[in-house]
Amino acid sequence: MNIQAHAEEAHAGASVGTNCAVWGGLVAITFLEVFLAYEELQPSVMLTILVILSVVKAALIMSFFMHLKYEKFSLVLLLIPATIFCLCMMFIFFFPDALRLLQMGPH
Amino acid sequence: MHDVKTEVALESAWSGGKSPFAMGSKKLGMWLFIVSDTLTFSALLITYSYSRLTNPNWPRPFPINPAIIFSTTMTVVLLASSLTMVMAVMASQRNDRKKTVMWMVATMVGGLLFTGLHLTEWMNMIFKEHFTITGNPEGTPLFGAVFFGITGLHMTHVMIGVIYLGIVAFGYGRGKFSAEDVEVNGLYWHFVDLVWMFVFPMIYLMSVKY
Repeated sequence: MNIQAHAEEAHAGASVGTNCAVWGGLVAITFLEVFLAYEELQPSVMLTILVILSVVKAALIMSFFMHLKYEKFSLVLLLIPATIFCLCMMFIFFFPDALRLLQMGPH
Repeated sequence: MHDVKTEVALESAWSGGKSPFAMGSKKLGMWLFIVSDTLTFSALLITYSYSRLTNPNWPRPFPINPAIIFSTTMTVVLLASSLTMVMAVMASQRNDRKKTVMWMVATMVGGLLFTGLHLTEWMNMIFKEHFTITGNPEGTPLFGAVFFGITGLHMTHVMIGVIYLGIVAFGYGRGKFSAEDVEVNGLYWHFVDLVWMFVFPMIYLMSVKY
């Protein structure tokens, strides 16, 4: 199959209805985040919940709006594991100091 | 005209005859740029998270009215502009040049509205609440560097995105750019939206004034 044919196959993405539903979901998660911000949780708990919700939103945007769900799986393998690995490395070097300072801070 | 052997060679993965990701080089290039930019923003946001959690007197300058209502509106505007960009890409794949340009202009309006709202908020913080890059009246001075640094870098991406959209819309309308160019432009725009999905909760919602 040539490049043109591959590209045409990949273009068979989500319908207008699906994209609108994804958009509705993204707006709903945004309002949930705003609601949670007023629950006066501990900063570390709040940050964890907000980051998890943001990762869900990022996954929706990448899968549907950025078409990743409809691309060849080799592209997902090229992009996602390397990015996650780099992000984990950023956290690994923070750990010793971050844990010490978290215990010193007020809760 | 190639003979049979040459045809077979051109179809092989090592001769350039096959496209392993089933896409053109522009689109793959944009994806790789997005990964590198993801790491830039991630480094900033991870550093911010560390500072936010370990500084007990982190400022909370965002009351529900107007700051959180304002920033939530900005989020919805940016999300809406992503949806119009999806429509533009779909129209370009149908070869509907008029509708593609129309949806791209709508996306640009969304981007300009977002930038306008953001600048209004910045002006309010700088001139009325006296927040600067190096200090503020409410708590740790680091807040200014983090807030203006991260939101400023994002706003720069939005403004570059609006200019990029303008150039591609103009070129596509005149038949100089292809549907692939519109799609690559769309990838950049959705990435800008995606980054804001982390900046909004982590910067604004982590610093609301109860």
